[in-house]
Amino acid sequence: MAAPIAMPTQPSAGTYAGLGPVLMLPTWLVIGCFLAVPIAIMFIYSFLTKEFRGGVIWEFSLAAYDRFFLSRGLFGDEVPTMEWTYITIFWRSIWQAVLATLLCLLIGFPTAWFIATRPPNSRSMWLFLVTIPYWVNLLIRTISLKFLIRDNGPVNEFLMGIGIIDGPIHMINTDFGVMLGLFYSYLPFMVLPIYASVERYNFALSEAASDLYATRWDTLRLVVLPSVKPGIIAGCILVFVPSLGSFLAPNLLGGAKNFMIGSLIEEQFKGTAGNWPFGAAASMILLSLVLVVLLFYARQQTKRVPK
Amino acid sequence: MSARKFDLRHFPGFSPVTFLCLFLLYAPLIIVMIYSFNDSTSITRWGGFSSRWYADVFFGLEAQKFREAAFNSLFIAVVASVLSTAIAVMAATAMVRSGGFRGQSLSFALINLPLMVPEIVTAVASLIFFTTIGFTSGLLTIVVAHIVFCIPFAYLPIAARMQGIDKTYEQAAQDLYATRFEAFRLVLLPLMTPGIISGFLLAFIISLDDFIITNFVKGAGIETLPTAIYGSVRRGIQPNIMAISTLLLAVSVIFVTLSYLVGRSGEKTQ
Amino acid sequence: MRKFLRGGVAALALAASASLAQAAGNLSVYHWFEYIPQELVDKFSKQYDVKVTIDTYNSNESMLAALKAGKLGAYDVSVPADYMVQIMQGEGMLDTLKDGELGNKGNIAPEWLDVSFDKGRKSSIPYQVGTTAFMVNRDVYKGDINSLAVIFDPPAELKGKINVLDSQGEVLTLASLYLGIPQCSTDKDQLKQLNDMLLAAKPNWASFGSDTAKDVLVSGDAAAGMIYNGFGAKARAENAKLEYAYPKEGYVLWMDNMVLLKNAPNRDNAVKFMNFLLEPENAAAVTNYAQYMSGVTGAEKFFSDAVKNAPELNPPANQIGQFIQPCAQDVQVHYDAIWTNLKK
Repeated sequence: MAAPIAMPTQPSAGTYAGLGPVLMLPTWLVIGCFLAVPIAIMFIYSFLTKEFRGGVIWEFSLAAYDRFFLSRGLFGDEVPTMEWTYITIFWRSIWQAVLATLLCLLIGFPTAWFIATRPPNSRSMWLFLVTIPYWVNLLIRTISLKFLIRDNGPVNEFLMGIGIIDGPIHMINTDFGVMLGLFYSYLPFMVLPIYASVERYNFALSEAASDLYATRWDTLRLVVLPSVKPGIIAGCILVFVPSLGSFLAPNLLGGAKNFMIGSLIEEQFKGTAGNWPFGAAASMILLSLVLVVLLFYARQQTKRVPK
Repeated sequence: MSARKFDLRHFPGFSPVTFLCLFLLYAPLIIVMIYSFNDSTSITRWGGFSSRWYADVFFGLEAQKFREAAFNSLFIAVVASVLSTAIAVMAATAMVRSGGFRGQSLSFALINLPLMVPEIVTAVASLIFFTTIGFTSGLLTIVVAHIVFCIPFAYLPIAARMQGIDKTYEQAAQDLYATRFEAFRLVLLPLMTPGIISGFLLAFIISLDDFIITNFVKGAGIETLPTAIYGSVRRGIQPNIMAISTLLLAVSVIFVTLSYLVGRSGEKTQ
Repeated sequence: MRKFLRGGVAALALAASASLAQAAGNLSVYHWFEYIPQELVDKFSKQYDVKVTIDTYNSNESMLAALKAGKLGAYDVSVPADYMVQIMQGEGMLDTLKDGELGNKGNIAPEWLDVSFDKGRKSSIPYQVGTTAFMVNRDVYKGDINSLAVIFDPPAELKGKINVLDSQGEVLTLASLYLGIPQCSTDKDQLKQLNDMLLAAKPNWASFGSDTAKDVLVSGDAAAGMIYNGFGAKARAENAKLEYAYPKEGYVLWMDNMVLLKNAPNRDNAVKFMNFLLEPENAAAVTNYAQYMSGVTGAEKFFSDAVKNAPELNPPANQIGQFIQPCAQDVQVHYDAIWTNLKK
């Protein structure tokens, strides 16, 4: 079968030109109505006064943002200085999300590639294989994972039994545990989009490269990766962004000794403190950060010139 | 075809990584399955083999609640993933194939908005909003909320896939007097299938596992599997939860096997 | 594939709309999951011909958040903890019981009748009572465990193996008891002392976890950990080496109470239910199931043996626990800051 050699193209005009707004309508309705409006309410809340034990009083106040950026000492009576606490929490979460994304990419890309290069009939089956575990609740799976990697758990006992290590590897309640938690929560979100891209990849390109004496790895780097970039980027977004707000699996495996963005914000809505405006403010700051990155990426997309 | 020194599809190390990945995903499940047969009420100490938890799941006092919860979860997941995938396909076509329209960047931000907002914020905000507009809680509120956050998960794989499909295919179809809709249905859509399947699967598992948002927007008396499970954590998880999880696993395997057989019998040659 | 899906969804939808049996009345309960035995609910249902729906939450605070965000008016009763009753009272979320409305009010044990968070029991009845302290694995540490120093200034064997509850109220209260300072203190030196002590103690802790409190002790991830007494009894059933401590500095007392909510849609049935739970036999049924202590006199007659013999459920007579006190707004801010400091 002679398939034309197709280069990935930028958003192409022509076929459905003019239908853009019509097709976007359901999305605009559903998300606009049921999420954007509630979030707008939250945005307003971040500028209101906190009501004791949760809720808001409709009085304008910058106290929430003040608390985020300025420190006035333990009792609120010192000269305001830069508050590093929350910025540190944000930075810690961002850094962990980056590492988790890299880990997912390292393991997810080969997996997606492998599935995409199976015989066509069996590809769906492999995809399902990757997603079946996620039918079981995350809490249950994470508890079982915790069981496995405990100091006196099966993994350590096995490794000690065959003599590779002398003492147990301490994995639980460490940063590694947090990473594992994030990886475990979001792996299919990396595999599936990459698979969708790779499956489309035209192997004639690899053949051409090989004819030009490129090694396997050069081909991967210079030909394959640029082609499947949309899938990789989609996967990275789907892992990185939710990781920022995630805390369940990281807390269970990491020990919850430090706030992550997700647990910090949840504490504002569910903890004894009940500071809704502050929770809203922290969410808005998070939202802005991610929006900036995403919009940057979106602009890049529309500016991209076909090779 | 000239002989090659190596198979272009094969990268050394990729297969082992894949199997490592699958092992990492399934190892905890093996623990779940083993402990569903635990005779004691502990989930960390083995007390002997017993199938009493399965009896408990089917005939026990809490059985009815868990059954309803499982049913609710599956129902919501199916409806939400189907609808959100459909919406996502339309959105992807607009974003990738319509040659740009005003507000495109803003649309991209909107599509990804559910991803970017922490769940607890969405949960509280949605509840406040629903109450304000008098949208009384029930199963429908959960479905609506789920559709919202499933859209980006369905959209991203579909859009990524679409970006890799050359527009010449549809143009060729149109040259052969196909209408735009026919070009979409008969040319683009089949080429999109892996992307659509990926998007659907992601939306499905995301909906099945959601707890925080569901917990806040659900109506009284409605339980989904995650809310039931998280609630029972307070009293200490017992192996009956493990038994339910194993049963759910069995259901998913049956479902996958069925669709595999169906797919094989209806397979058209490429 | 698509046709199958569409047909499947239609079939599911039909099945989902199965009609429900009619009863004389309804009752809408907001409750912890698995905190009331189903047989007891069924017993009430049959006795009064009322259909009971139970909706669940998994923390006091999420219950409050949900009620605040719009669920008030959907439920008749809920089951908040002691401090939460006071908070809800302040928020105007509770309805008052008229004098004599609750026939079995006399069954409430005298020590729980006039509690600080609801004097004279105007809106609530006791549901379950418990204590929060900690347990120690006797294999790892054999010394005296009846002091909070085990948690806040641990012996060498326990360092790095301690789990602490992920709950501001319990941790700060126990820490205050350890230092001997009052709760809701406004003394800046005392607060500073509290802050510094906690920060110094944190490196010795392995993790924060409330829901996992039992499992980490049973599995050995933690050799000592804060835990609720009933949870502790269950832990001991799975790992006999664990012993529950009654620290001499004091420990936390908590009580879950059933409250009558404002704008209850089925107020009469709600009162009937509360009355029902004050019968000794029914109160005992809850205890035997949830394994905490009851606040109803005469319930002891119906306790199971496991409950009668558990050291966790029978505190020594000379030890007194303290309820967690909710503080006034300007004081609470300081405690919030200390907690954030601890977890940042």
